[in-house]
Amino acid sequence: MDIVLSLAIGIVFAAGIWLVLRPRSFQVLAGLMLMSYAVNLFIFAMGRLRVDHPPLLTEAAARGKPVDPATLAAMADPLPQALVLTAIVIGFATTALYLVVMIGSRGLTATDHVDGREPDQ
Amino acid sequence: MKALDHLLLLPVLLPLLCGAAMAPLTQGWHRLKFALGYASVLGMLASALVLVAMTDGGYWEKGIGVYLAANWAAPFGIALVADRLAALMLLLTALLALAALHYAMQRWGRIGVHFHTLFQFLLMGINGAFLTHDLFNLFVFFEVMLASSYGLLLHGYNAERLRAGMQYIAVNLAASLLFLIGIALIYAATGTLNMADLAQRIDAIAAADRGLVEAGAIILTLAFLIKSAMWPLGFWLPTTYAAASPPVAAMLVLMTKVGTYAILRLWLLWFPAGAFGPGYDALLWGGAATIVFGAAGMLSTDTAGRMAGYGAIVSSGTLLALIGYGQPSLVAAGLYYLLGSTLAVAAFLLLVELIDRIRTPGAAILAVTMEAYAVEDKPEEPVGQGVPAAMAFLALSFAACALMIAGLPPLSGFVAKFGIFHALLNPGAGMPVDAGAWMLIALVLASGLVSVVAMLRFGVRTFWANSGATRATPPRLHRSEVMPVLFLLALSAVMTVEAGPIFGYLGRAGAGIQRPADYVARVLQTAPAPGPVPGPAAVVAKEAAP
Repeated sequence: MDIVLSLAIGIVFAAGIWLVLRPRSFQVLAGLMLMSYAVNLFIFAMGRLRVDHPPLLTEAAARGKPVDPATLAAMADPLPQALVLTAIVIGFATTALYLVVMIGSRGLTATDHVDGREPDQ
Repeated sequence: MKALDHLLLLPVLLPLLCGAAMAPLTQGWHRLKFALGYASVLGMLASALVLVAMTDGGYWEKGIGVYLAANWAAPFGIALVADRLAALMLLLTALLALAALHYAMQRWGRIGVHFHTLFQFLLMGINGAFLTHDLFNLFVFFEVMLASSYGLLLHGYNAERLRAGMQYIAVNLAASLLFLIGIALIYAATGTLNMADLAQRIDAIAAADRGLVEAGAIILTLAFLIKSAMWPLGFWLPTTYAAASPPVAAMLVLMTKVGTYAILRLWLLWFPAGAFGPGYDALLWGGAATIVFGAAGMLSTDTAGRMAGYGAIVSSGTLLALIGYGQPSLVAAGLYYLLGSTLAVAAFLLLVELIDRIRTPGAAILAVTMEAYAVEDKPEEPVGQGVPAAMAFLALSFAACALMIAGLPPLSGFVAKFGIFHALLNPGAGMPVDAGAWMLIALVLASGLVSVVAMLRFGVRTFWANSGATRATPPRLHRSEVMPVLFLLALSAVMTVEAGPIFGYLGRAGAGIQRPADYVARVLQTAPAPGPVPGPAAVVAKEAAP
């Protein structure tokens, strides 16, 4: 599972880098989105990959009773998941903002090149 | 927790509330919005002054004030921490914001709907980044700051700003992703994101995981280096500065310093006394390359806005090289240089627009034809009382900015460079001055010389070449545009006159950030305030009783 996930993150990120280096602003936008997906997966994976381990405390622990160490070992780290949520929201908002600027630039300069003019002009 | 501790939250809360209150107001309310924004900035200035007095005056133990957000104890909740360095940076932010906002009063603040709102959110992000001591929270405040700067950069919509804005946004989005990767790696290796907790755990980490932490720190630092425009990561900067409207450009100067501030704080915290030599070396050589790049750029351009941008790059490079050189006594001089160069470049960027109004008759006709074909959201030229002796004011202010950027006496640039050389040439008893120090001195001197040449050339062309037959008409300047420039220059003069006390304060600030043990103890041992309601354990006991 580790290999599959790291390969997936690597391929998505590499595709993102390639797209970001392209000259059209829509390609850059798509590249940034792919890269942010890869980064979100990466943060998630940094909390260690474990199957069947919900990030939840048992009822006893939530009520302040002493926690059995075995319950903690069966619990996934909730913090990276919270970080991913925040990162997704922020990434979504800033990407949307970039999209607006891109459309504005397309309208004003009549080209979708990232330099605001075609290279041969 | 004492009642005054809540003051620590004010620099974040004030602009947030003020910006939110202004968001629904439309363009017609710009006077009210300006008044609100001005009041908020004045409040920030007052709170920054009080925080400086509190950290330096012994109100808090060891000069470090800790505010536990939502009353969670340190490694679990987010800790806001004010020490001497943070308080000083808050003060610098408030002073610059005051100048930029005042400059925007007559013209730039009146166009567009959300200038004042975004300006407040930008201040909130900057202040938060100075105060927070949690890595992920730092990311959030960086994003608040960047998102508002995207909007502000586009303020006064024209094709040039859109083009610069698109590249600026793309570069910064990519930098944010690096920021996240760095944070994730550091969390994976240490299991914490609280800076104090990290500083404590990083020494005890297993050798096998050490590489992971260092990789995380490097990737995180790359994100900051993009913000502070180290060569080869800073190509976005001159275009962006030259395109932004003057009050926004003045604030952007401060934003490059936020990246430098983060590097200074985090590296001294994590790797004190050269614990990670290759990283410091990379900063030193990268900084040196940045100085060379910035100096070459200053010589190669003849537009004032780009020249100011390259000036900011030179100052970033100098600071990074000083951090990379890693000598404890250098920090105070470096911080003095940071203050002085920020004020100088900001004043210059405000001045650029006023200088651009000097038009020879031929240039004026050309400009009118160009404007007729360009889509631009441009404020009207100021009306009302002009300022007497406009040309003399422009020329003298320009000369003052040039002196400060080039580091010539008598203004603060000279004191800063003198302080740097003094620290470099006195590395401590019995230690020789090494080759790196000589290289830094040579580079700083050479970049100063290059700035003199570039600024002189521009000054001669602008102020002297326009006399005689092609005599330029003196431009109309409004009082509200002249005051901020004079204010920033006066601040620089105050810095020169009061250099002794300021160096004393900076010395204490520099010593404070190089003592991780004190800082770690203060942050982690601050107990949460006892609440008025019984805690969960008591509630459980009560439920179990009947």
